[in-house]
Amino acid sequence: MNPVATPFFFYLLSATMIIGGILVITRKNAVHSAMALITALLAQAGIYLMLYAPFVAGVQIILYAGGIMVLFLFVIMLISIERTVKERQFNKQWLVGIAAAAALGGLFIAVYTKGKSLFPEGRVTYGEGQNVQDVAALLYDQHQGTYMFSFEIASLLLLVAIIGAVVMAKKRI
Amino acid sequence: MRWLIDYIQGYLSSNQTPGAAGNWFWATVYVLLVFVGLSIAVIAMNWLERKILAHMQVRLGPMRVGPHGLLQPIADALKLLLKEDIMPAEADAVVFWIAPFIVVLAAFTVFVVVPFGPTHAITDMNIGILFMLGVSSLSVLGIVTAGWASNSHYPLIGALRSSAQMVSYEVAMGLAVVSVIVMTSLNAEGTGTLSMIGIVQAQQAQHTWFVFKFFPLGLVGFFIFAVAMVAETNRAPFDLPEAESELTAGFHTEYSGFRWSLFFLAEYSAMIAVSSIAVTLWLGGWLRPFPNALNGPTWDLVFSLFPGITFLFLGAMCFYNAARMPKHPLFKIQTIGLAGFGAVLALIGLVLFVPAARDRVGDIFWFAAKVAAFMYLYIWYRGTFPRYRFDQLMKVGWKILLPTGLVLLILTAGAGFLEDPVKEWLKHVL
Repeated sequence: MNPVATPFFFYLLSATMIIGGILVITRKNAVHSAMALITALLAQAGIYLMLYAPFVAGVQIILYAGGIMVLFLFVIMLISIERTVKERQFNKQWLVGIAAAAALGGLFIAVYTKGKSLFPEGRVTYGEGQNVQDVAALLYDQHQGTYMFSFEIASLLLLVAIIGAVVMAKKRI
Repeated sequence: MRWLIDYIQGYLSSNQTPGAAGNWFWATVYVLLVFVGLSIAVIAMNWLERKILAHMQVRLGPMRVGPHGLLQPIADALKLLLKEDIMPAEADAVVFWIAPFIVVLAAFTVFVVVPFGPTHAITDMNIGILFMLGVSSLSVLGIVTAGWASNSHYPLIGALRSSAQMVSYEVAMGLAVVSVIVMTSLNAEGTGTLSMIGIVQAQQAQHTWFVFKFFPLGLVGFFIFAVAMVAETNRAPFDLPEAESELTAGFHTEYSGFRWSLFFLAEYSAMIAVSSIAVTLWLGGWLRPFPNALNGPTWDLVFSLFPGITFLFLGAMCFYNAARMPKHPLFKIQTIGLAGFGAVLALIGLVLFVPAARDRVGDIFWFAAKVAAFMYLYIWYRGTFPRYRFDQLMKVGWKILLPTGLVLLILTAGAGFLEDPVKEWLKHVL
């Protein structure tokens, strides 16, 4: 089967992501920003697919585009949009912002020009048929599963956060 | 002409989905076939729902447009297309315009991975079930934005209810699905699968539908999913986002004409989509019933005659009702029309007895028959159950379905772990 990871799709998805990201910070209406963010997140899922990581793409759609963005919209819809639209947009940290962006851009360019040895020669193809099973083996396999402990610790951390949120939100349990 | 027939026959004898074969042409044909089939199914559901609800309430239902109201859906569609398309003055125009399309896209895209048969799917993904759950969960975004963009009270409340409800029931639904994924890993290699075709093949290899696996664990998981899927599609008794006694029409109060019909289309195709997930995961997908008790070539032949018999029966029903039509000159056209419809159905039934056709549509028929049973259940729920109150809905989701799902998952994993040792032990003892 021919690879779908062609430059055309990469540039299309990247352009969608960048335009979506710019719209997120320039729209005054918070719901429009949220919808631009959803577009950017879906384009990101497409890029994960191009990297032969369908499991990560699926989780990206379920968690970010499906779950978290619904909660975002849920909160945003309760804000009075008329007032936020009238408010002036301001940015007092533009100098620091430009410096940070220039530093990051310089780093990228430096890595791209000097760090040829970091990147694999030519196009690497992975077997996409077994991605989910490979991720599971990496996490839980008896012999090669090295990340099980850190994975479980991370889920414990999330549990603590959930319980903490409930305790803080409810005065009487 | 010869090469065309050769090409089609060469494809029909291959054992791959068009997506796996990387064949653009057949993929397009499959996409069009699924789209047309789905549209016909939605139209048929529209008529059936009105007729069945009417008969449950001892009414006749639509009777005027065509014989027994058969042309009513077409009349409805025409009315919706000709209706004035109103947008509220204070609505957010762009979001109001996009929202119905998000819902329709999400509802139709999931059919890319629905397996109508071992080779009859547009494609088979490694992440099949994950893709279906993820994309169908995107439809809530459309509902929420539709409710917000209308800039009106009832739609906003409907949208808030819908987002809370769908996010809550997704959790229980996911736990029930994971218990099935655990069951697929009970083979020699101990490797499970998320692929829709792989899940059905696992049921075939284990000689049982997952609804009967580890009785009653499979049944409990199926029950959790069956409840959660009704809530996910916003249907009675969980239709709070569009509760007409409280919210007029909920999130689509301000929609009219073509845009409203898009919501309608999306609702029904989402119902078909979640039903096909349930059929694939628990009811053996395209596999015919009783593969163990009634096996052998004779029974295979008997079951392969079912599609033809079904269509012949429908045709016979049409002829019977055409004969019962009033013998008045005004009913002449209707009688002829109904008889003609019956003749078409009977002809399809006869074609389906030809061995070449019989072998290729058997799996599609059984899949469609199981999904149709779910669609009837949906109508039955709507005809019989009173609507939940919102706090009761949340209670069912978080306090009953979620803990049950967690216990079910742990018990399923335990049962899968202990299955082989217990069998070994029993061999020693007996």
